[in-house]
Amino acid sequence: MGTAIAFWILAVIAVSAALAVVLLRNVFRAALSLVACFLMVAGLYLTLSADFLAAVQVLVYVGAISVLIILAVMMTRDVTQGSPSNRMGFPALLVAGLLLMVIVYAVVRTPWQLSAAVPLAPTTGPLALQLFGENGYLLTVEIAGVLMLAAIIGAVVLAREK
Amino acid sequence: MSVGLEHYLILSGVLFSIGLFGALTKRNAVIVLMCVELMLNAVNISLVAFSRFVVPALLTGQVFAIFVMVVAAAEVAVGLAVILALYRGLTDIDITRIDLMKW
Repeated sequence: MGTAIAFWILAVIAVSAALAVVLLRNVFRAALSLVACFLMVAGLYLTLSADFLAAVQVLVYVGAISVLIILAVMMTRDVTQGSPSNRMGFPALLVAGLLLMVIVYAVVRTPWQLSAAVPLAPTTGPLALQLFGENGYLLTVEIAGVLMLAAIIGAVVLAREK
Repeated sequence: MSVGLEHYLILSGVLFSIGLFGALTKRNAVIVLMCVELMLNAVNISLVAFSRFVVPALLTGQVFAIFVMVVAAAEVAVGLAVILALYRGLTDIDITRIDLMKW
C-alpha cells in the first residue's frame, strides 16, 4: 500500500516535471525541472526495490549530468533567449500522441508472465556477480569502458580551443 | 489498488512521449539534449520494472539499465562538446539554422 502511494506521488511529480522541461520558456528553469524529474525517477527505482540503481541515478544524473547541462546553459546564455519551438509543433504532437497510444495499447493487451518471487533485498552484491562473475556481462563491461574512453577523448578534442 | 507492471510501463511511455515531443519541436540544442536524456530515463524505468516483475531473482533489467546510463553519460559529454564547438564557431545553437551538413 505504501509503495502504491509513493508510486502515484512520484509519477505525478515526474510527469509534471517532464512537461515543465518541454513547456517552460526559460532554459535554466527547464534544466532545474529536469533535475527534479531525475530525482523522482530515483524514487521510482526505490519503489521497484532497485536500491543500487537509485543511488547511481542520484550520483550520475542528479550529480554529474545535470551539472554538465547547466554548465552548457550558462556558457551559451547570451543566445538562448528562451526555448522557442520550430514549426513542426502539430506533427510532432501527432507523432508523440500516436506513439503513446500504441504503447498503452500494447502494454494493456499483452498477457505478461509475471513472477511471484520476492525481489532481492540488497541488490549490490547480486549486481556485481551479474556484471563481473561467471557467465556474466564482463565483456560488455569492458566494451563500456572502451566506449567511455572514446567519449572522453572525443569530448576533449571537440571542446579544445584551437 | 496495487501498482503493477502496467503502471510502470505506461508511466515510462508517457515520459518517453513527452521527451520525443520536446526533441522534435525544440530549437535550442541544449533543450533537445535534455529531452533525449528524458527519453533514456523513461526506457530505464521500463527496464527496471521488467526486472522487478518478470525476473526478480536475475536482475537482468537492472544490468541493462546500468549500461544505458553509461551510454547516456558518454552521449551527454560528446553532445555538450559538440554544442560548445558549434557555439564557438557559429555563436548560435539554434538547430534550425545549423544546416552545414544539409544537402
